[in-house]
Amino acid sequence: MEKFKKIESNAIPLPMVNVDTDMIIPKQFLKTIKRTGLGKNLFYELRYDEKDAPIDSFVLNQDKYKDSQILITGKNFGCGSSREHAPWSILDYGIKCIIASSFADIFYNNCFKNGILPIKLDESEVNKLQKAAENSLSFTIDLENQKISYFDKNINHEVSFELDKAKKTSLLEGLDDIGLTLAKVNHISDFENKQKSRTPWLYSQQIK
Amino acid sequence: MSTPKTLYDKIWNDHLVSENEDGTSIIYIDRHLVHEVTSPQAFEGLKIANRSVRKPNFTLATADHNIPTTNRDEGISDPESKLQVDTLEENCKEHGITFLSMSDKRQGIVHIIGPEQGFTQPGMTIVCGDSHTSTHGAFGALAWGIGTSEVEHVLATQTLVQTKAKNMQINIQGELPLGVTAKDIVLKIIQTIGTAGGTGYVIEYTGDAIKSLTMEGRMTVCNMSIEAGARAGLISPDEKTIEYLKGRPFSPAENEYQSASDYWLSLASDEGAAYDKTVNIDASDIIPQVTWGTSPEDVVSIDGLVPNPDDESDETKKKSMIRALEYMGLVPNTPLKEVKVDKVFIGSCTNGRIEDLRAASKIAKDRKVADHVNAIVVPGSGLVKQQAEEEGLDKIFIESGFEWREPGCSMCLAMNADKLKPQERCASTSNRNFEGRQGRGGRTHLMSPAMAAAAAINGKLSDSREI
Repeated sequence: MEKFKKIESNAIPLPMVNVDTDMIIPKQFLKTIKRTGLGKNLFYELRYDEKDAPIDSFVLNQDKYKDSQILITGKNFGCGSSREHAPWSILDYGIKCIIASSFADIFYNNCFKNGILPIKLDESEVNKLQKAAENSLSFTIDLENQKISYFDKNINHEVSFELDKAKKTSLLEGLDDIGLTLAKVNHISDFENKQKSRTPWLYSQQIK
Repeated sequence: MSTPKTLYDKIWNDHLVSENEDGTSIIYIDRHLVHEVTSPQAFEGLKIANRSVRKPNFTLATADHNIPTTNRDEGISDPESKLQVDTLEENCKEHGITFLSMSDKRQGIVHIIGPEQGFTQPGMTIVCGDSHTSTHGAFGALAWGIGTSEVEHVLATQTLVQTKAKNMQINIQGELPLGVTAKDIVLKIIQTIGTAGGTGYVIEYTGDAIKSLTMEGRMTVCNMSIEAGARAGLISPDEKTIEYLKGRPFSPAENEYQSASDYWLSLASDEGAAYDKTVNIDASDIIPQVTWGTSPEDVVSIDGLVPNPDDESDETKKKSMIRALEYMGLVPNTPLKEVKVDKVFIGSCTNGRIEDLRAASKIAKDRKVADHVNAIVVPGSGLVKQQAEEEGLDKIFIESGFEWREPGCSMCLAMNADKLKPQERCASTSNRNFEGRQGRGGRTHLMSPAMAAAAAINGKLSDSREI
């Protein structure tokens, strides 16, 4: 996984609540066996009409947000299906940071596995950032110092955010989770031996 | 005496491999279910890193999302779907994982076949790259949906790195009125706590109304925990659980069954165990429920009206209500019972089990599906299908005008050919009414199997108790 670096970009305002992963990437794109190439279909049904033509009014189709790396959206973002195709499509599009007042659990977790930073803030704070995003102001996301900053009318605004330490480290260092766990393989073997004597039927059950 | 513990606390403690310095824990995973949509990239990851599958015999795979429900002999015509299913089969072969293919009569939706095969047992940790893994919680197994990166992690290590969730108790007191089902309970729960109500929690369902449910009904309730925001839902194991699992292919052998059962019963939440949050709902207040909007929390009783955004004071909620009503093509204050349907879907991991088909067939028997309605029944597995045919349910459905299909996820997520056309309205026993979920522009109303069958007969949303 790539290390998470400081982001400087304007932000896409998407003030919708309960955006589900079906909406982020519809089922017809889940037939892929690759992780890449999903960005062009991100928010497909909101973004393109039934003839595949871009819907001008949708925010992702507006020129000024073409290269944005930040998405600011409503509460319970990423609810529904566990499909990791959702963060894959977001990352493939170029978005590396999502700001919302809350996220669905599975989606939130999936973000960190892909080097995406989801930031939870109070709803009132998110609303302020939405306004700034609508005015296409430039934001800086500094994960190291857990700060979002932006200039509005020559005034520098700074917003701090909370983040679990393990998740922060994982993003900053681009860690390989599986490698880290495998380094503790002795613990896993010990556990298996212990479990085998305590609940032996879990080990005698054979799949025919 | 030690502090009273919840079922969740006990399973967590029994699966703790080690605690990391950063506050996370390595949790052992007893069983892993795998399907074709969320696994190819995980196997690819293993290959790139030159890693193997740690416990192939703790892993069970099947194809369910992408497969056709008609003309199985012709194989899968969609090349992309075919590639995905073939890829799973090859990956399983390479790593020595049991794969139940489309031609195996045990094939079906992962969450139906796990319990059916006795692969799912109380006290286990079970994961799958599918959010409805919560279904297995009905057995008192800690079961939750994961993304593909975590699928890879489990394949390679048989563990996951987790942070412990909080405990929530949802207590359904009292007795359920006649004709009211597990689906109505869970829709009522989601309406009550909202789709983010369970975020950060593992929900344990308790109370007389839950205890009185069959294992099938309990699976329906736990299945939709994720629609309430909780990754996992649980019900403490009891005699019904033990009885259900007896003699199933992967259940503990006879000589081990007693000690397994004793262990299972010991897992039930202790008297006086503390929950971070408790919600009480009175079962006697629940009547058949249906959804009106595009979120599973948009629930009303069947005798109710389409809600009016003008009655909503919260501006954000009001806006999303207006959007939902427009998408659903509904006018505020219309009685639900006047809403005509075009399609009916009976099936899915929520309601594709034998009991669900029995309930729907009772309504269908000696009645005809309305002329303008296209109704399909998709059994949850090959064994459910076989059982239903032995009981003659297929004949009842066919005579009534339903189509009788092959098992799979089908129109629940419309990845195969079974989908709604734009603006088509469907009475569905599935779990999600999101925009586009059953096909672009399609309009989904979630409800129980009996209610969906009643909608098929009357051609509009109906109270199954009045048929």
